[in-house]
Amino acid sequence: MQLDAASAEAIETPADGRSPDFVVFDQVQKSYDGETLVVKNLNLSIGQGEFLTMLGPSGSGKTTCLMMLAGFETATHGEITLNGRPINNIPPHKRGIGMVFQTYALFPHMTVAENLAFPLEVRKLSKADVEAKVKRALDMVQMGDGQFAGRRPAQLSGGQQQRVALARALVFEPELVLMDEPLGALDKQLREHMQYEIKHIHESLGVTVVYVTHDQSEALTMSDRVAVFNDGVIQQLEAPDGLYERPMNSFVAQFIGENNKLSGRVDSIANGVAEVTLDDGEKVSALAINVSQAGERTLLSVRPERVEIDPDESTVAHTVDGLVEEVIYLGDHIRTRMKVAGDDQFIVKTRNRLGARKFSPGEKVRVGWATEDCRALDWLEG
Amino acid sequence: MATTMDQDAAGGPLKTADGTPLKRKLAQAMFVSRMRALGLVAPLLAFVLAAFILPVIIFMFRGIYDDTYASRMPNTPALLAEWDGVSEPTEEMYAALVKDLIHARETKEIGRVATRVNREFSGARSTFTRSARRAQRLEAPFKEALIGVNDRWADIQLWQGMKVAAQSLTPAFYAAALDHKYTGTGEIIAQDEERQIHVRLFLRTLEISFVVTLATLLLGYPIAYLLATLPLRTSNLLLILVLLPFWTSILVRTTAWIAMLQSQGVLNDMLVFIGIAPDDARWSMIYNKTGTLIAMTHILLPFMILPLYSVMKTIPPSYVRAAKSLGATNWTTFWRVYFPNTIPGIGAGALLVFILAIGYYITPALVGGENGQMISNFIDFHMRRSLNWSLAAALGGTLLIFVLFLYWLYDRIVGIDNMKLG
Amino acid sequence: MKLWIAIGAASAMALAGAAKAEDLTVVSWGGAYTKSQVEAYHKPFTAETGKTIVSEDYNGGLAEIKAQVEAGNVKWDLVDVELSDAVRACDEGLAETIDKSILPAGADGTPAASDFIAGTNDVECAVPTIIWSTIYAYDSSKMSDGPKSIADFFDLEKFPGKRGLRKSPKANLEMALMADGVAADEVYDVLGTSEGVDRAFAKLDSIKSEVVWWEAGAQPPQLLADGEVAMTTAYNGRIFNAVAAEDKPFNIVWDGQVWDLDLWIIPKGAPNKQAALDFVAFSTATEQLAGQASWISYGPARKSSVDLIGDYATKPGLAMGPQMPTAPANFENALQNDFEFWADNQDELNERFNTWLAN
Repeated sequence: MQLDAASAEAIETPADGRSPDFVVFDQVQKSYDGETLVVKNLNLSIGQGEFLTMLGPSGSGKTTCLMMLAGFETATHGEITLNGRPINNIPPHKRGIGMVFQTYALFPHMTVAENLAFPLEVRKLSKADVEAKVKRALDMVQMGDGQFAGRRPAQLSGGQQQRVALARALVFEPELVLMDEPLGALDKQLREHMQYEIKHIHESLGVTVVYVTHDQSEALTMSDRVAVFNDGVIQQLEAPDGLYERPMNSFVAQFIGENNKLSGRVDSIANGVAEVTLDDGEKVSALAINVSQAGERTLLSVRPERVEIDPDESTVAHTVDGLVEEVIYLGDHIRTRMKVAGDDQFIVKTRNRLGARKFSPGEKVRVGWATEDCRALDWLEG
Repeated sequence: MATTMDQDAAGGPLKTADGTPLKRKLAQAMFVSRMRALGLVAPLLAFVLAAFILPVIIFMFRGIYDDTYASRMPNTPALLAEWDGVSEPTEEMYAALVKDLIHARETKEIGRVATRVNREFSGARSTFTRSARRAQRLEAPFKEALIGVNDRWADIQLWQGMKVAAQSLTPAFYAAALDHKYTGTGEIIAQDEERQIHVRLFLRTLEISFVVTLATLLLGYPIAYLLATLPLRTSNLLLILVLLPFWTSILVRTTAWIAMLQSQGVLNDMLVFIGIAPDDARWSMIYNKTGTLIAMTHILLPFMILPLYSVMKTIPPSYVRAAKSLGATNWTTFWRVYFPNTIPGIGAGALLVFILAIGYYITPALVGGENGQMISNFIDFHMRRSLNWSLAAALGGTLLIFVLFLYWLYDRIVGIDNMKLG
Repeated sequence: MKLWIAIGAASAMALAGAAKAEDLTVVSWGGAYTKSQVEAYHKPFTAETGKTIVSEDYNGGLAEIKAQVEAGNVKWDLVDVELSDAVRACDEGLAETIDKSILPAGADGTPAASDFIAGTNDVECAVPTIIWSTIYAYDSSKMSDGPKSIADFFDLEKFPGKRGLRKSPKANLEMALMADGVAADEVYDVLGTSEGVDRAFAKLDSIKSEVVWWEAGAQPPQLLADGEVAMTTAYNGRIFNAVAAEDKPFNIVWDGQVWDLDLWIIPKGAPNKQAALDFVAFSTATEQLAGQASWISYGPARKSSVDLIGDYATKPGLAMGPQMPTAPANFENALQNDFEFWADNQDELNERFNTWLAN
């Protein structure tokens, strides 16, 4: 699954006439040392009002893209346009883009109110306007009860600092806000809470957000679309549900959510369905997503919750042998790790409902899934 | 346990399980660790106390106390103390003086006494030593006899000088350090105009220190910024260049500046070659205040750069990026965001350079010429040449008080805990 | 274990060093001057008595002696000092009184009391060795028809160019008065009056704008060599050294020279007082003083030494006699520094001089 296909994929045309090409990366490349490309031929359009997340492991080029958009890095090749205007040669302070940093980057020598007033003062707003906007921004991030405005950043908790940083990036009403792993330094509970809060603010303001993270659950929770980065290339660009349910290649399948991979070889492809012989000789059929011809090596992707143990043969395409290795009780569901087709990391998730069968290690079972839930993807070593 | 709980409920003092009051137990526990800590620093503390603080205090004491006269002349001090300092000295005073002169000559201490009085009245030294040689043979009435030996004994100013010298606990030296004179009548009056040198020197010392501090800041700030922002390998190399001057002695560096700046020196040759300075009117950049300023700025530059560098190193680049993303121009970003965060480094560097500069002495002595001398050169002069250690102590004490005052002022304005040395 | 042995050995060596303490510690100014003393005094003394001498350097002044005496921990046995410091050390009780009867008669039989040049051996705790002089010098390669008199030094019209002067009122005020027409034997009488002081400062004022001030004795020859000054006051030995050892084309103008003494003093409480006294008597004998003059161009304090002065030790053929401040041709218009005057007036004149400088 490559870029052109990704950007060609239709996004819902905004009903309110907002531009679908608010931010455009056009054949953008970036190299730091002149030898290797950190970003390889990036083409990406971001719609106005969209919440787009760049997701990927570290070193995948996502942050570099964000920095090029903010103006702190220059593109080695290609053009970036904002609202139709090329911005390659516009210095960062003239781009009017709000930015939230992972380290918050609140100015330690200014109070919360002064931090928020800063972007307004450099825009030479009147004092009354500044005060009103600062207050509104603080209200927006639920820090408007007056006790915070006069404090220094060092006197705030991490979550409070993050809210202030958010308010500061929004207070001058930019049309585009960039967020560089803004929740990375918070603990899990606070992080989840802030995810919702950011999402709500995005919805109520209608601002365009480009969000960078390496945390896939964060990306799935908040985004309209997610661009999965790896190796300087967008692997897949889709809405969260599509990304999870319809991964277009093995990297995406494994990076997003939990995934069972089974290695095999394609016997034949017909009507979009591939017949595959697994390494232990069992034959299964799968959707031919990223395979093109018979004889090719392939990785099959099956989500753990789509696998059934000892299923009613009529509901699944076929079953294969499994040996239970480990059973983990997780409250709402039970994870069973088993050995399937030579792979002992095969996971099955079953809902913990009344009367659910209990397995124990060493037990031999049959596992099965629907053909639609099994995707034949490209071969990936390791 | 139960009793403790009971007492808690009753509002009594908290106790530990074995019944000792909690506070006392805590104090005991703290005492042991405190003693251990004290034991660790004790050798250094004792050393500093014995080798530095105590001698400094004892030496400072000389600035207000000098018993050279009182301890060697047994008879006159009491009479001089009673004397009003204005009326004609009495025969009784002359008689006591003769007895003291004989005594001091016998104990071979007359020279010291004479030198002490000479500080208050020029010419007293020879008057004392010569008269002492002949005192044995003098007969009453002693007034006429002494004046017969030397007519200076009729000069009331000499007696006033003796009155001042005889007073051991005296403001005379601090008065002298501030260009004033403590007179025999107990007044403090301004020194003769053509001898007023110390206040002028204090002011010049301040001026030079201030200009040097400012110059090191202006020159050092960009260098420190460069050091803090360049890649580590390059910046380490640069840092070595900054520290390089520390590897040569201050004397060598100062002498190098002489070779650079003197009128037949490298810089002047270059200026003449380019045509900026005419050959017969080369610039005088050394043996004057300019020379002192240039050489001191160079020598003290690292003391400004290092604290600045260590503070700048801790300023995350995201501050600058954040400011720019918020719409601030480069200048606004620097002035409102970057600069305020370097203030602790500026404070530390400026205080360090200023305090070092205020006590500087080798460099001004070598390249200062006539208008590049500082107060420390005079402290040195009175320590080594004139041996007027009391005046040296008073000058040093004045300088110390002034530095402490500046320190206090700094604490009030910037806050001492706001300072970062690294 | 090894460590303890090493420490033991080290402390044993330290103890041995202390036990084998030098028989005499002699302190002087270092450089060519100390070398002349080592050659003329120390080596013959050690050869004769078998006593070893440790030579230490210092920068002049009495601060170290005062500190040692006051702390009751005197390490120096003998110190070479200037006259003013000798007087002061005596006054302040920092030096032992020396019984002048220990000084030997001159080689020609003249008793010591009359063999020393008049006015040199009057300080009761010091014995003079050499006469040195503050003169002024110029670079003859740059001035073919050079200055001749002290008045020329202050004549900027006839001899334009920078002047080097020591940053001290001493010698400068005297030279200024002599240049202004005061006879050498009246200089201190004039300087004793406030009009006289004003007159001296007025004369200095006339060249103040052209003056480069020096402090260390090594500076003036350097200033001349670098062309920083057209002429400068200097210690005669330094200029001689530049001429004889470095072949510099410098000329000394002896007119209006202000001469002074260097003397031995024994710090009060010196550890080897008797040996120090022996050394004083030995080193100030006629032959030793004459011998020193072969090494440096400072005049011996004894009259009987003058006839024995030979050639420059490292340059045979260069007679040292005419290089002495006391040589008759050089001594015509010479002034002896009056230590008593300076002891009485230096506090006041120093302050006045420094105030004048700063203005």
